[in-house]
Amino acid sequence: MTLRDIPKMRFTFWKAVFLVIMAAGIYCTYLRFFHGLGASTNLSDQFPWGLWIGFDVMCGVMLAAGGFTLTAAVEIFNIKRWHSIMRPTVLTAFMGYLLVCAALMYDLGLPWNIWHPLIMRNPHSVMFEVAYCVMLYTTVLALEFSPIVFERLGWKKALSVVRSLMLVFVILGVILSTLHQSSLGTLYLIMPNKLHPFWYSPLLPVFFYISAIAVGLGMMIFESSMSSKYFGRQLELHILKDMGRVLVVVLAIYGILRFEDLLARGVLHLVFVPGYEQGLFLLEIALSVIIPLTLLLIPKVRNSAQGLYLAAVVMLLGFVTNRLNIAITGVENAVGGRYTPKWTEVVITAMFVAMGFAIFGLAARYLPIFPEEEAHAPADRLPESVSVELAEPVHAGD
Amino acid sequence: MSKGLLYDATLCIDCKQCEQACATENGLPYDDKIAEQDFTSAYKYTTVLAKGDKYMRRLCMNCDDPACASVCPVGALKKTALGPVTYDKHKCMGCRYCMAACPFGVPKYQWDKAIPGVRKCIMCSPRVEAGKPTACAEACPTGATKFGDRDELLKEARQRIQDNPDKYLHHIYGETEVGGTSVLLLSSIDFTNFHYRDDLTQRALPMYTYQVLQHIPQFVPLFGTLLGGIYWITHRREDVAEAEKDEKKGGAQ
Repeated sequence: MTLRDIPKMRFTFWKAVFLVIMAAGIYCTYLRFFHGLGASTNLSDQFPWGLWIGFDVMCGVMLAAGGFTLTAAVEIFNIKRWHSIMRPTVLTAFMGYLLVCAALMYDLGLPWNIWHPLIMRNPHSVMFEVAYCVMLYTTVLALEFSPIVFERLGWKKALSVVRSLMLVFVILGVILSTLHQSSLGTLYLIMPNKLHPFWYSPLLPVFFYISAIAVGLGMMIFESSMSSKYFGRQLELHILKDMGRVLVVVLAIYGILRFEDLLARGVLHLVFVPGYEQGLFLLEIALSVIIPLTLLLIPKVRNSAQGLYLAAVVMLLGFVTNRLNIAITGVENAVGGRYTPKWTEVVITAMFVAMGFAIFGLAARYLPIFPEEEAHAPADRLPESVSVELAEPVHAGD
Repeated sequence: MSKGLLYDATLCIDCKQCEQACATENGLPYDDKIAEQDFTSAYKYTTVLAKGDKYMRRLCMNCDDPACASVCPVGALKKTALGPVTYDKHKCMGCRYCMAACPFGVPKYQWDKAIPGVRKCIMCSPRVEAGKPTACAEACPTGATKFGDRDELLKEARQRIQDNPDKYLHHIYGETEVGGTSVLLLSSIDFTNFHYRDDLTQRALPMYTYQVLQHIPQFVPLFGTLLGGIYWITHRREDVAEAEKDEKKGGAQ
């Protein structure tokens, strides 16, 4: 057995896992739509929102934040070095938003009314704003992603039209993302007496936005590492090293702001009061800020592929904990109860995660996600000619 | 004139006529088993709680500036001019933000149904529109639940406390809680005995989100210009650099 055979075998194993999850997912889908939310979830009048909102929607949108982070960095800030990971990142974002929309169909009580915000407007509602932004941004992502499909199909005319408008799409995408990433935090501003003071802060929208940028960077590190492992793609270590550095700054700002916020609101002492919320709060802060920041401050870790991967994964888990803390832990005390997801809820969530991996794998196989010439370019030095050529048009998903 | 309800717990005898009348008005089943439930649900919009010989009603407070109506993305929940906060199931898409946002935990969901909706007391909106009192106020044999103009009821509540300062807690619940509610409560013992929070903000909740949301129309053109400007500057530098490079090349030749 050669080294080359190992990834193939693992692929077969994961395929089996995928099929099992999908089969269970189909059964749970039947339970959800034919027997209602009561039969398929542990949601209750005390916990109207659970795992599907806390993870599938809140974390889903957050984990897809790489799209706007990278398009802004490459196209607006003109960081050309990062261009080679544009396509897989835009793909991840586009797929992420499609999965969020699909997951929302499971959580909404009356999913066939999902289009209602189009004609029934309540501009005072944060949910209304999020609905509009997500809808428009998913469209923008489709347009940013479209050159990849047009290229595959050989539609030259469509390709040139989309390319000529790409700067507009990029700017729109960054604005829409800024609005709804932060608005997911604004959603909770209406609950000053419900959400635990660890998490309730007038700065919630700011925290959500900064953490979305951190998670966007972390997802690019994660996804590049996975791609190099499973698609034999060259690891763009020079890009990931840059991102490690940017992450240090973003996480430090986030950490200081969280600290100052607790201090200013006079609730810092709660950090030392043992309890359920305290445990989960400390876990969140350790995973999202302290451990990844410490790891990335060590040059040896920051400059190695494994080190960056480890720091990114820990940080992603940390921000997932943050979103779940806000959606679930933070309101448990106020409503007087505990929520644990039902197995059906977990299966549906697992199904969407599995679909994410599967769609990425299929797209990587059948669409020009990793352009040939770039795949074989040496990791640490991008040929001069390539970078100059890349400078010409604006090519978000391109 | 905005209508309201004044519930005076000291007059209540726990006869549950209000529960019965509420069920009848809303076409809901009511029997001894349901009467014993000490919580509201999608199938019971009001309940009388007992703590020894002290009683307290729970029902939708019909806030003056309701969080539920402000958060509803499709405007299914509405505060009417007469006071009731109503719900239109044909608009609802089932996001349940109203349930998450309500400071009193009032809106309930039909979890058992494949086609569910939000359920809550709507202060008998159709009756109130027709100039009638709410079903619960009409059914109350002791006058513990009284229907009328909110301003008048507030005056009366103050008068009752003034006349019997030892009998009442000096707190009209709903006068200022979350900016005021159409339902006003009087009690002789602490409201927290009946899961009414005494630490609620005095501000209307919708302002907490709207003070952020209202800036979006100003933010979009500013941020768009900023992004366009950054693009312009970062790419200008590049043009300059390239022009200089060309010049150097030209000079060397």
